[in-house]
Amino acid sequence: MSQELRKDNIDKNETGSVEAKTGTKAASHLQKVLEAGHFSVTAEIGPPMSANADFVRNKARELLGLVDAANITDNQTAVVRMSSIAAAYLVQQEGLEAVVQMTCRDRNRIAIQSDLLGAYALGLKNVLCLSGDHQSFGNHPESKNVYDIDSIQLINALRGMKEEKVFINGKSIKTPPEFFIGATANPFADPEELQFIRFVKKIRAGARFIQTQAIYDVERFARWMEKVRKEGLHEKAFILAGILVNKSLKSIEMTKMVAGMAVPDIFIERMARAASQEEEGVKIALELIDEIRKIEGVKGIHIMAVGWESIVPVIIERAGFLPRPAV
Amino acid sequence: MIVAEQKPVEEIIRYLDKFNKIAVAACGTCVTVCMAGGEKEALTLASALRIKRLEQERPLEVKVVTPKRQCDIEFLDDIAHEIGDCEAILSLGCGAGVQFMAEKFKEKPVLPGLNTKFMGVTRDVGIWTEMCQGCGDCILEKTGGVCPVTRCSKSNFNGPCGGSSNGKCEINPGIDCGWQLIYDRLKALGMLENLYEIMPPKDWRSSRDGGPRKVEKKEVVL
Repeated sequence: MSQELRKDNIDKNETGSVEAKTGTKAASHLQKVLEAGHFSVTAEIGPPMSANADFVRNKARELLGLVDAANITDNQTAVVRMSSIAAAYLVQQEGLEAVVQMTCRDRNRIAIQSDLLGAYALGLKNVLCLSGDHQSFGNHPESKNVYDIDSIQLINALRGMKEEKVFINGKSIKTPPEFFIGATANPFADPEELQFIRFVKKIRAGARFIQTQAIYDVERFARWMEKVRKEGLHEKAFILAGILVNKSLKSIEMTKMVAGMAVPDIFIERMARAASQEEEGVKIALELIDEIRKIEGVKGIHIMAVGWESIVPVIIERAGFLPRPAV
Repeated sequence: MIVAEQKPVEEIIRYLDKFNKIAVAACGTCVTVCMAGGEKEALTLASALRIKRLEQERPLEVKVVTPKRQCDIEFLDDIAHEIGDCEAILSLGCGAGVQFMAEKFKEKPVLPGLNTKFMGVTRDVGIWTEMCQGCGDCILEKTGGVCPVTRCSKSNFNGPCGGSSNGKCEINPGIDCGWQLIYDRLKALGMLENLYEIMPPKDWRSSRDGGPRKVEKKEVVL
């Protein structure tokens, strides 16, 4: 990547960083980018399985100026990691805006609301609401789960805090958190009709941006988007399409095995035949981005490169996403 | 019914170590149906315990008693005379039965012979599955008679998580996705509109979260 481009972006992001640090009431940077009509680019930072703050800071620096915000995962795959809120705070100290992921697996409504009051007080403004991977997948399968509320109830609770200035119990909050509320959607999970109803409910509950499951089957995604447009949902929430970058044949084969993933065989074959699987993985991601961004109603791309975060800057530059807008 | 399964004999024999004469108490209701703690299982277990102790050259005297239910005091009164001079009681009742026996026979240790699993049904011969968690506030009228609290691994109230695949739950392909079952049933009944309702957070006070529970039917309380 050209140094000038990166520097230019860092400079433009400086104002955003000050705002992030001071926790003013203004909209999040991501929200502003989207509302200004720009095509957003987000990526992910997985906090470390340790108390290493520098690890998080370095990851943030690698993405600074390249993305509009970075999701900070919440003990993903139910493996114990640094808290998403703490890591998000570290990320914002570096000037990069964070999207705090919040799952319903580990906290009851008391802890969730308390943690989110704290998050907002620390200047974190975006929250992505999720059910959370079941603890049986993680490294503490012996643990008790919570699921006091589900992800739709969480979205609704955050909307209630913001719009009605009340807690889940209906009691008023003097200084409510006013998050830019996000949710996930999986256009490929079944049963299709029920998953769509659930997606509609998330938007009705108050989700203003939607990050989708990783897309490989563009045709199927385009059909899903057609339905989204027909219902006018793309005007109620910003649809950010998920892209996963695979490093190897093994990686894409494992992706295919994940529940709710639709990976056409052609991509597996291409990876198997490729002289350089890494380059092929990048090419596939770039082709998908190129096709997906043309679909009406898609307002951004969310890049997930689990275990290969170093490729994200390459993808962003080669996809022509730079410079990022200053808003 | 309450579904239970017998503990391994090796575990039971360990905590019976200091006794020479015990009573094995079967229970004639739920655990008889789920083949964990009925009279038949009690007799088989008693033989196994005797043999194990004979192998150790420390014979164990075992008597089997079968109250109709361990969770009703009148049936425990019925077996009091049979317990007699036993040093301990091994209860093959559910957790409620074990505790009620312990309340009744205060002077004797009452030990559990089963692990109590759940409230469920006989799915097939020898197969029982969980259906109810006793959350205290039933919503089955909204969900087509399929319980999301029990049958969704995450107790989701507003539809499936992203891990529903081909009708199965991501945590175990042997488990049906509860929300797929709800959807199939509501679709068949022409009641899919139920799924559009945003279900509010549940009041868990009616469940275990409100502390140990008590039901009082005022008109019959003496």
